[in-house]
Amino acid sequence: MEYKLTYEKYKEALIGGKFLGLKCNKCGAYTVPPKKVCLECTSEDMDIVEISGKGEIRTFTVIRVPPEGFEGPYIVGMVELDEGPWVMGNIVDLDPDKAGMDLIGKKVTTGHKVVKGDKFSAGDGVALAFSLQD
Amino acid sequence: MREVAVVGVGMTNFGISEKTQIEMFSEAAMEAITESNIEPRDIQALFLGNVLGDFEEGQMNMAPMCAADIGIPNIPATRFEGACASATVALRDAYMWVASGFYDMVLAGGTEKAMVMGTPMATRTFAMGSDSRYESFAGITFPGAFGMAAHLYSKKYGIPLEKLKEQMAMVSVKNHKNGVLNPKAQFRKEITVEKVLSGIVIADPLQLLDCCPFSDGAAALVFASADKAKDLTKKPIYIAGTGQGSAGPLHNQKDFTIVKSRVISSQQAYKQAGIGPEDIDVCELHDCFTIAEILAIEAMGFFEYGKGSQASEDGETALDGKIPINPSGGLKAKGHPIGATGAAQAYEIVKQLREECGERQVKGAKIGMTDTLGGDLATVCNIIFRR
Ligand SMILES: [Zn+2]
Repeated sequence: MEYKLTYEKYKEALIGGKFLGLKCNKCGAYTVPPKKVCLECTSEDMDIVEISGKGEIRTFTVIRVPPEGFEGPYIVGMVELDEGPWVMGNIVDLDPDKAGMDLIGKKVTTGHKVVKGDKFSAGDGVALAFSLQD
Repeated sequence: MREVAVVGVGMTNFGISEKTQIEMFSEAAMEAITESNIEPRDIQALFLGNVLGDFEEGQMNMAPMCAADIGIPNIPATRFEGACASATVALRDAYMWVASGFYDMVLAGGTEKAMVMGTPMATRTFAMGSDSRYESFAGITFPGAFGMAAHLYSKKYGIPLEKLKEQMAMVSVKNHKNGVLNPKAQFRKEITVEKVLSGIVIADPLQLLDCCPFSDGAAALVFASADKAKDLTKKPIYIAGTGQGSAGPLHNQKDFTIVKSRVISSQQAYKQAGIGPEDIDVCELHDCFTIAEILAIEAMGFFEYGKGSQASEDGETALDGKIPINPSGGLKAKGHPIGATGAAQAYEIVKQLREECGERQVKGAKIGMTDTLGGDLATVCNIIFRR
């Protein structure tokens, strides 16, 4: 079976304001980011669905020594989506020096930011951008 | 499967080297071959760990070059890549090929020359161990992944971050203390908790001395069937068990304070050896960051989940503790030339079991274990050795 939700398709949708994932028709689990098969039951029978982007911060770090091509400091976090999966992205709209343990458990919404690629990245990419819910 | 033993080991000094990756590997390899009382032509295959040779020296397909440099250009020579676990993955496969009877004698190890890249490029290439499509564009780094693990750990077990950071610092202090006793270590000076806690922050909450360095170095071992081993050395060190586990990208792992790849890998190794964690006398494990050592001593079963940081504070992992961890100084003090690290851990355990470690000798050690982690907890490989 053809790869259902490729990175290219996922990226273009995200840039267009839609956060896509996969929902399994067999067990109901969500697979985000996409994979060839359902993360829970390995079924290929999944539909492309729009993900709410709502979730809770599970952990974070502030990158102060960045890789070549990035400028620190910035916050990277893992969010547990309401749909279940964990995803990685940047926590934005917050001064990195104010990031502390109280971030964990905070509710967020998800947007995106386009990231300029380097000679190893196969072009520009896109990162999830989490904003704290008021 | 038949019994397999390590009959010789070799290792360069770790730190900054003027030598090429091939030259470093050849030094370690010939030391191991000479110690095994064999000639290079007795080696039937080479299993080589190397991670970033392409970026460091523009050298791909390094294994045949390494074999050629020690005069055996025509044997099968293969590079293994499992990020920082590369050498242990190579060692484990070398062991399995000899155990299967396919080969009688193989050379395995690793080499790396990371210093030449400089910090920004090294940070970029090390971060290639993350999911390049779905994670790397967020600018995650290797220290960043473990910084997130430290925050998760603090939250999950209700250990205030300031307290946890002190306990993490004690891991670094302990490994530096051991490193003083290791003539091949990159750093050979003691440090204090205060010094760790006053370092620059690399990725919250990890400070400079919570992190292992970039390093150059190589290490190698000769594996032989037990029959052959008895004729070659008075002190063969046998492989009692091995394991390897994977865990996909970080986002798939969810709560990564419990390193699933390591749980799977270490359980495989214990099962094959017919022993449990309580039987291990000495262990070299993957302390790429202070929190990484704490996660490792838990997943390997030495301490309960959530108790590893307290055990570290209580000195239970010191040279004279309940389970001596990283007598070599670990990745933190000995250095971490990523493609060679697993072989250097095995080098230390073999030397410990032969009782050749001088001041850092764990007295009477009979069973030792290595633990090597690659990428964002995506690969863990374990080997149990016995006298
Ligand atoms: Zn399913």
